[in-house]
Amino acid sequence: MKKFFKLSTTAAGPDPAHWVAAYADYLYTYALARLDDDELCRDLVQETFLAALEKLSEFRGESSERTWLTAILRYKVIEVYRKKNSAWLTTLDGHESEPEYFEPDNGHWKDAWAPRPMSIDHADPTIRKELAAILEKCLQRLPALWQAIFSMKHMDEVKTEVICEEMKVTPSNYWVILHRAKVNLRACVEKLWS
Amino acid sequence: MIMEQMGTIKKIQYDCRHATYLIEKRQQTSLTLKERVQLFIHLLGCSVCRLFQQQSRAITQALRQLFKRSAEQTHTLDEGVKREMQEKINERLKN
Repeated sequence: MKKFFKLSTTAAGPDPAHWVAAYADYLYTYALARLDDDELCRDLVQETFLAALEKLSEFRGESSERTWLTAILRYKVIEVYRKKNSAWLTTLDGHESEPEYFEPDNGHWKDAWAPRPMSIDHADPTIRKELAAILEKCLQRLPALWQAIFSMKHMDEVKTEVICEEMKVTPSNYWVILHRAKVNLRACVEKLWS
Repeated sequence: MIMEQMGTIKKIQYDCRHATYLIEKRQQTSLTLKERVQLFIHLLGCSVCRLFQQQSRAITQALRQLFKRSAEQTHTLDEGVKREMQEKINERLKN
């Protein structure tokens, strides 16, 4: 009987009085996995609830309340990515602070940056763990735009076209960005790999 | 004509920047026929880029696992923070 009542309230529409108890932790976790800043994430969760209140009439019950709230939060996370992205583009204007990995005239690897063997493609769990720890460190050094693209790519498994649209980059720029990010990340792993 | 083609092939053989770009692209989408031929020719003669390809794939796989794991890790908000949040919602509901 209790269950029946619960179902019927959900069907009747969103119930903001129980939002925090039901979804705050879930939303906070979602944000924190994508933005490494707990204060910012707390604010985003709060903003999500308040934004949802404004849009209560738009909730059609086609998706669950949680899905609906997550979609609002997701948009807010992307807005943060975009802001960081534009700040990065204006301050660095390209990749000036980054080393040049290839010879400018013919694209050949520069000697100092040519990949050297390391045994990272191993099934051994301790090696995998070590690689994960190193990657985590290296990811933190990447520009915000790259972090954003990696997390959209690997966490949300969003299609390339969607990422381009949301991050406002052209597809050809997207491949260039991803390529640079990977070359950079690989070099960082090699440097920290013992 | 032949000289010209030899020149193009030389260029492809040297251009590790382009080859590694194609390696990344191929991990996510299919390459055009021209791109596939270019990459094939390059990798045939370039052991450094073959090594890059191997390492890059391993890193992609590790990245995927890393992001998956961090998405599964649950975090909880402070009860005090939650109370404040709900109060703000209630305030808005009254108005």
